[in-house]
Amino acid sequence: MRVLTHLQRLEAESIHILREVVGEAERPVMLYSVGKDSAVMLQLARKAFFPAPPPFPLLHVDTTWKFRAMYELRDHMARVAGMELLVYQNPDAIARGINPFDHGSLHTDLWKTEGLKQALDKYGFDAAFGGARRDEEKSRAKERIFSFRSANHRWDPKQQRPELWRLYNAKKAQGESIRVFPISNWTELDIWQYIQLENIPIVPLYFAAPRPTVRRDGLLLMVDDERFRLAPGETPVARSIRFRTLGCYPLTGAIESHAQTLSEVIQEMLLTTTSERQGRAIDHDQSASMEKKKQEGYF
Amino acid sequence: MTDHTRQPSYQADALIAENIDAYLAQHQHKSLLRFITCGSVDDGKSTLIGRLLYDSKMIFEDQLAALEADSKRLGTQGQQIDFALLVDGLAAEREQGITIDVAYRYFATDQRKFIVADTPGHEQYTRNMVTGASTADLAVILIDARKGVLTQTRRHSYLVKLIGIRNVVLAVNKMDLVGYDQARFDAIVADYRSFAAAIGIASFTAIPLSGFLGDNITTASAHTPWYTGLPLLTHLETVALDLTGAQTEPFRLSVQWVNRPNLDFRGFAGLIASGQVRPGDAVRVLPSGKTSSVARIVTMDGDLDLAVAGQSITLTLQDEVDCSRGDVLAAAASPPQVADQFEATLVWLSDDALLAGRAYWLKLGTQWASAQVQQPKYQINVNTLEHLATRTLELNAIGVVTLTTDKPIVFEPYASQQELGGFILIDKYNNATVAAGMLHFALRRSQNVHWQAIDVTRTAHAEHKHQRARVLWFTGLSGAGKSTIANLVEKKLFALGKHTFLLDGDNVRHGLNKDLGFTEADRVENIRRVGEVAKLMTDAGLIVLTAFISPFRAERDLVRGMLDAGEFLEVYVDTSLAEAERRDVKGLYRKARAGQLKNFTGIDSPYEAPSAPEIRIDTAAMSAELAAELIVARLLKDALPGA
Repeated sequence: MRVLTHLQRLEAESIHILREVVGEAERPVMLYSVGKDSAVMLQLARKAFFPAPPPFPLLHVDTTWKFRAMYELRDHMARVAGMELLVYQNPDAIARGINPFDHGSLHTDLWKTEGLKQALDKYGFDAAFGGARRDEEKSRAKERIFSFRSANHRWDPKQQRPELWRLYNAKKAQGESIRVFPISNWTELDIWQYIQLENIPIVPLYFAAPRPTVRRDGLLLMVDDERFRLAPGETPVARSIRFRTLGCYPLTGAIESHAQTLSEVIQEMLLTTTSERQGRAIDHDQSASMEKKKQEGYF
Repeated sequence: MTDHTRQPSYQADALIAENIDAYLAQHQHKSLLRFITCGSVDDGKSTLIGRLLYDSKMIFEDQLAALEADSKRLGTQGQQIDFALLVDGLAAEREQGITIDVAYRYFATDQRKFIVADTPGHEQYTRNMVTGASTADLAVILIDARKGVLTQTRRHSYLVKLIGIRNVVLAVNKMDLVGYDQARFDAIVADYRSFAAAIGIASFTAIPLSGFLGDNITTASAHTPWYTGLPLLTHLETVALDLTGAQTEPFRLSVQWVNRPNLDFRGFAGLIASGQVRPGDAVRVLPSGKTSSVARIVTMDGDLDLAVAGQSITLTLQDEVDCSRGDVLAAAASPPQVADQFEATLVWLSDDALLAGRAYWLKLGTQWASAQVQQPKYQINVNTLEHLATRTLELNAIGVVTLTTDKPIVFEPYASQQELGGFILIDKYNNATVAAGMLHFALRRSQNVHWQAIDVTRTAHAEHKHQRARVLWFTGLSGAGKSTIANLVEKKLFALGKHTFLLDGDNVRHGLNKDLGFTEADRVENIRRVGEVAKLMTDAGLIVLTAFISPFRAERDLVRGMLDAGEFLEVYVDTSLAEAERRDVKGLYRKARAGQLKNFTGIDSPYEAPSAPEIRIDTAAMSAELAAELIVARLLKDALPGA
């Protein structure tokens, strides 16, 4: 007899989900955002299909405003996994010069929400793996593992299919697609502990180091490159910071920290008093903002 | 008075602060308990879960600040914190003040990790409760102490038993509102015990509590000195779980995917449903029955010498045997059964009721089949446990049925294994998951099924008549002209010396189908029988003409599926409703409009027009005579050799 730990159970469940999609979808893809959740999802995919490389490409819906360190790790991990990496940038957003300084929530809408829809349509993907977890946010707690999107990518919370046992119904009409969340049941602590146990490479920004920062609207922002517009009288200050989540650098708040190892990061997370999405500007717009974004097609 | 206004302390375990690695080592080896909470509307499920999260310190400051603001704006508890708002996620349900879906929550204590499925209480969402229960190890059934055992309590308890959850907690909530009265508690427990015994729940743990005030949640309440059991959370942390039971059963693995990175490697990937496996073990591939032995258990962390139920693995075999997705690898000496007809319990999950005779997709493990459900043997009234006669199953109905699949299924009775005994049914047209099912036993083992071998084949029958068997399936509204045109076609074919037979809707209803009415379910059965008769006639080599409204695409496609490719020719007699009603040859539209005829196609019952018929006749554009000539000409092209 062997009692599986909760992490072993979660790993087996996620691998099962990844294989079901490959068994039933015509053209799956993995959305890869280079964050810690993506890192775990990619590791699970490599395990699920070993010794073959995962039989689908990675898709990065790029905003051009990610941290430089994220682009470096992205390209490295695709090579290590032996997978094709597709990078999609919304041409409309490029043409209009959409950026987080001038355009606020339009930035997320055009680069990410619209960019994702365009990329899925362009390549004809009918199933897209995403690294969302149910413990992240209230409306995600009710998301199914297989989440159906209409031909125009909308999510209808009242039309979701019941998911019983380990039986996933992946049947869909022409034009419909599925978002699949293999790590739905993982918590933030599970993710960190798995990264530690499996020794999974993650972006160094998750660890504390002295970095140039400014404080703005209650968020601690990192000045990652010369595109960062300083307000009059604003001067970057070197602070020991790290990130709990990674997005576009001018929109992602850092925390002051001295956690330089995974153990220290986990310790800090367990002792912290704020939830991980607190550092993201977009969630504060309105109370049910994440749900609204989801219905519109935000991942 | 329990202090429910205190701020959470956020004093994490000293161990986290002092020795994080020791904490992680301990945390890593915690077991996992998945449980569901179920009960009626307003029993306080969301409040209870919010309270568990709050008391186990899973709520952060920013969430608490949002909660306090929300409580003042939306809460039902005055100025106090409304814990239900913590877990009621969707905006729509916030407005209605009810939970409308299954939500999963996560928390951990020093003893265990927990995944909670918060399942809704009101009747129309029973499907979500079944969903939540299907992956749970334990069920918390909530009762409002003021109301006692309700219809919904019985329904949920019955479902918990049906799904096979062995650990049941009866949480008698809102004890504060009955003055923590022991007599009230005892009466509810006694009432519940008699119902539980009747449905086979032999034991349960009853706890008096208040989710709102926190009594008997994490610590024993001073208000219930008469209660000697454990608080709810302590019970959840310590209740014994059968985590290794599946490992003692024979080995089963549903193959999800065949891994072929190169010509030298062929691995079979899947999650072990039961048992254990080691290299060298003899295994059997089902349904083919071929045997081999395990060569390697391959993982990215290196080959394993043992894998157990619950693990996702990749196996290679010693021999080159046929095996693909949908096959089951099993211990060679004790394989599961294979059959194509079963008795099963169905829980109907869809607004569209069961149509007996219609084909649905069935998914069990990684196996897919087309399945027909016969008219239910009975429906179960979960309040009285009575067996009720029924012809269909509607949303939330539970019934026992006979189910026939178009190919053999590898299975175990659900009572002995969920993985190979639980299945879902899927509507072939809108792809919705319409039912959850549990197989009881095989009614007919597939190895005993033999078709009578016939020496004079269907081809020989047809060749003898110098023709090819065909079914000309006329469909269209009542009064469209189906029978008229079909009659003309038959006359012309007869004149050409062809062997034909016309099956007319009205005539069949006078004999073969005189027991059927005009409800949706009866119309499906009507067409199924006509389809079977038409098929027998094609076996005899005949050209069969049928004239039935046959309003549903699904049934027309069902008949198409019974026949060989090319044998079924759908003839859509296309007449607008206005025109058919204007003609009203039999006076039926007038009656239907007057409300004297129920379920009349086009009036109060839908007609689903063919999307790609082989032949379309526009009756506004041509006479019946011309239509008949067109149809015969089309038939001459491929079905009348030598004609």
